[in-house]
Amino acid sequence: MDLRAQTATTTGGVARTPRRPMSIIDSERWLGPLLIGPAVLYIVLLVGLPFFMALYYSVSNTTTGGGTLGFVGLRNFTSVVGTPKFQTALKNTFVFALLSQAVILVLSNALALTLQKDFRGKWFIRFLILLPWVAPISIGTIAWLWIFDSTYSVLNWTLRMVGLIQGQGFMWLGVPHLAMGSVIAVHVWRQLPLATVILLGGLSSIPQDIHDAAAVDGAGFWRHYFQITLPLILPISLVALLFGLIFTFTDMVIIYNLTRGGPYDSTQVLASLAFYTGIAGGDLAEGAAIALFLFPLLLAVAWGFLRIAHRTEVT
Amino acid sequence: MMSERMKIWGGQTARWSILGALTIFLAFPFVWMLITAFKRTGDLYDLKHNPFLFYEPPTLEHIQRLFSETQYGEWLLNTALVGVLVVIITLILAVPAGYALARLTGQWGEKLGIGIFLTYLVPPTLLFIPLSRVVVNLHLDDSLWSLVLVYPSFTVPFSAWLMMGFFKAIPKDVEEAAMVDGYSRLGAFFRVVVPISFAGILTVAIFSFTLVMQEFVYAVTFISSVRQMTVSVGVPTFLVHGDVYFWGSLMAGCFIASVPVAILYNFFVDRFIAGFTMGAIK
Amino acid sequence: MATVETRGVKKYYGDVVAVDGVDLVTRDGEFLVLLGPSGCGKTTLLRMIAGFETPTAGELVIAGEVVNELPPRARKIAMVFQSYALYPHMTVFKNIAFPLKAQRVAKAAIPQKVEWAASLFGIGHLLHRKPRELSGGERQRVALARALVREPSVFLLDEPLSNLDAQLRASARDELQQFQRRIGTTTIYVTHDQVEAMGLGDRIAVMRAGTVRQIGTPQEIYHEPADTFVARFVGSPPMNLVQHQNYVLGFRPEQFLPKGSQNGIGNVINFPFRVTRVEYLGADRLLYGTLGGAFSDQKVIARLPSTVTVDIKPETTYDFTVEDKELKFFDKSTDLRISARPL
Repeated sequence: MDLRAQTATTTGGVARTPRRPMSIIDSERWLGPLLIGPAVLYIVLLVGLPFFMALYYSVSNTTTGGGTLGFVGLRNFTSVVGTPKFQTALKNTFVFALLSQAVILVLSNALALTLQKDFRGKWFIRFLILLPWVAPISIGTIAWLWIFDSTYSVLNWTLRMVGLIQGQGFMWLGVPHLAMGSVIAVHVWRQLPLATVILLGGLSSIPQDIHDAAAVDGAGFWRHYFQITLPLILPISLVALLFGLIFTFTDMVIIYNLTRGGPYDSTQVLASLAFYTGIAGGDLAEGAAIALFLFPLLLAVAWGFLRIAHRTEVT
Repeated sequence: MMSERMKIWGGQTARWSILGALTIFLAFPFVWMLITAFKRTGDLYDLKHNPFLFYEPPTLEHIQRLFSETQYGEWLLNTALVGVLVVIITLILAVPAGYALARLTGQWGEKLGIGIFLTYLVPPTLLFIPLSRVVVNLHLDDSLWSLVLVYPSFTVPFSAWLMMGFFKAIPKDVEEAAMVDGYSRLGAFFRVVVPISFAGILTVAIFSFTLVMQEFVYAVTFISSVRQMTVSVGVPTFLVHGDVYFWGSLMAGCFIASVPVAILYNFFVDRFIAGFTMGAIK
Repeated sequence: MATVETRGVKKYYGDVVAVDGVDLVTRDGEFLVLLGPSGCGKTTLLRMIAGFETPTAGELVIAGEVVNELPPRARKIAMVFQSYALYPHMTVFKNIAFPLKAQRVAKAAIPQKVEWAASLFGIGHLLHRKPRELSGGERQRVALARALVREPSVFLLDEPLSNLDAQLRASARDELQQFQRRIGTTTIYVTHDQVEAMGLGDRIAVMRAGTVRQIGTPQEIYHEPADTFVARFVGSPPMNLVQHQNYVLGFRPEQFLPKGSQNGIGNVINFPFRVTRVEYLGADRLLYGTLGGAFSDQKVIARLPSTVTVDIKPETTYDFTVEDKELKFFDKSTDLRISARPL
């Protein structure tokens, strides 16, 4: 019985089926590489290639003026490692990264907890909280420059009003350790929103049943938090931490715009030193060498993260 | 019981104080930008005045000066232009890549996904040195095209990862139905999968746009002439004349460059987090 | 001639065997059910016929043509998925029109065909709704209309009733069968529900661990099972299987009745039956217990229709019988059906 003949008269027109065999757009084996190829190519050309170039520069004597690409071995590395400039920058890099991440860890957890339940105006509060993250980094930093201004600082004025200080107030960006604290504060300010939002996502993925069970079992606030909630958001906290570390290790924008690395290099980090040496100073080779010190740091962070992530089943 | 009540009340107070304090910490600089932008110069620089109060009526002069005496307007246009172009390039590259990662890869797909992710370990502060040379050799130095070329290198990986998360959330059988109905897998992708994930694509577009707006390192390295600057570079470098800072105009410029986009971004944050967690947790 | 043939089809995923050599020929226009527990390979087989999986070995033939190299869209098939897979961003009309557009049917002809398909399922009034506004039953009909509108050679259905409420399922089953009879298209239907299979199929292919254990009409499957697996998979409660000497004896619960209650006039075999529990289900009574005598303590179930009014008390032994001709014999080691033996 030919179905087509039977129904053709009722419906007036028969669908034709294409008879083409499997072509490339059907083949799962080739379609995947075809779709992902351009993106991978782009990344390889604009990330991979320059990376290897940086490697080469660091063992050459290139300058921005063009100049030669002569091979000089590890001279750039050895000559820079010994300088106090470099060692201060290295130390500062760690101080900034670890201190700011520690503060962010505590604050983001606290903030995420307060935002868990819905309340009136939550949408607006969340908007306010996101502002530091969405604003361009340099823009936000300039605002802080104004807040920290040695003469007109609104912060000093407020502290004076409240009676906590007398007289002129703090030179937030002019005194070495205070400057470090200010830079860390701006790092925290910038990153807190993202860390909080990520944690919020993690918190909302815990089924309410588990909280209820803990309540029935009699867990108090702190026990509930440390033994139930915290372990369950661990995977996503690690993701937030990874991003945070990468950002703080490699950022130079905040320092460039806030303190220019001063006073007396007390806020100089590897990233900003690389910029000053390579671009402002013109010595591409040495700048590349300094920047490359960042890379093992990042690799170590990534490796540690991947190890832990593997155990807690995060991709 | 009394102590239970006190506990709850204490807990509530703690909650609202933490929320309040941190919200003020995060949002204050923007409020401060807004106030400074409208304060008359005399009022602003008078140390005896309370900075939060307007002793003289608010003024538009800082904003006017921003647009008439500086290249701020041009910077906004430059930023918008670069943003749109980079978003287009990003979507063309990242949307198919995200689909491939979500559907079409087995073993090597997992590794490739992680590999793409790991490109963020090579930061601009390392790459900007060799890239500055490349840009000069391509005669793109001091041109916005250098940014259009380089920016996708950091928007594409994350966008692909986000799109992978969004695509994974679409049930496979809708695609298979389209394949039975007469489309190839690629046809099913364009005609069914993409329309369904439109909201996700929009989220990725906005996210990439904000990344472009925020970028500083490449912009400050590749571009030196004022008219070619983006907002992110123009405001800090040019609005500072020697040691004199025109704070009023500066703050106005900061506010305009940050708040409107933030409002737009706020609408899409939930989706962004959904895609992010989908990609991050198996 | 729209039949489907699988010739020695196998599917391995690395070391895992999903389908282990299936030879099947459907008859033109029949409703064939692939029945089996989860993991038996029925869905994998269906997906290979559709074109979503490539066979590791063997050939797939649709309407006389070997289709191994053809993508799904070129195989003249239509498929209804378990979740219906309606395009969520399109109206019902567009959903049904989608395959026609994909096949480049003339634009002018499309509305007519869509309305024809919709009217066959009584969903003409829903054409402007979106899937999320429809009930489960309505969505199923849209999925069927979409499958029908291309007038395919073969319908493939993957457990399309499992998402419906139990009440809806019976009436949906009825409609589905009537519809298939009217249209006459060869249909392959996958399910794990043996009631559904028995109710719908012209023939049933019972599958287990990647192979077809038996293919036959519902009567054949029920009354002449090819092995112990088929015997116990179909029928609820399952067939009683009792070890005896060097073979296995089988009889269905409804054939296991108190002495004197059998309808037929043939010879009967006696079994001492010690009842341990009685379940009163209204239309039937289920008796759980153990056999005595030569069948030492093996558990069996009897099903007494309400017309058999014999009083049954637990913890009591009764004389039960099974008609001679209803006894099935199975080989102890191969589980296959063998001819009758003396007891």
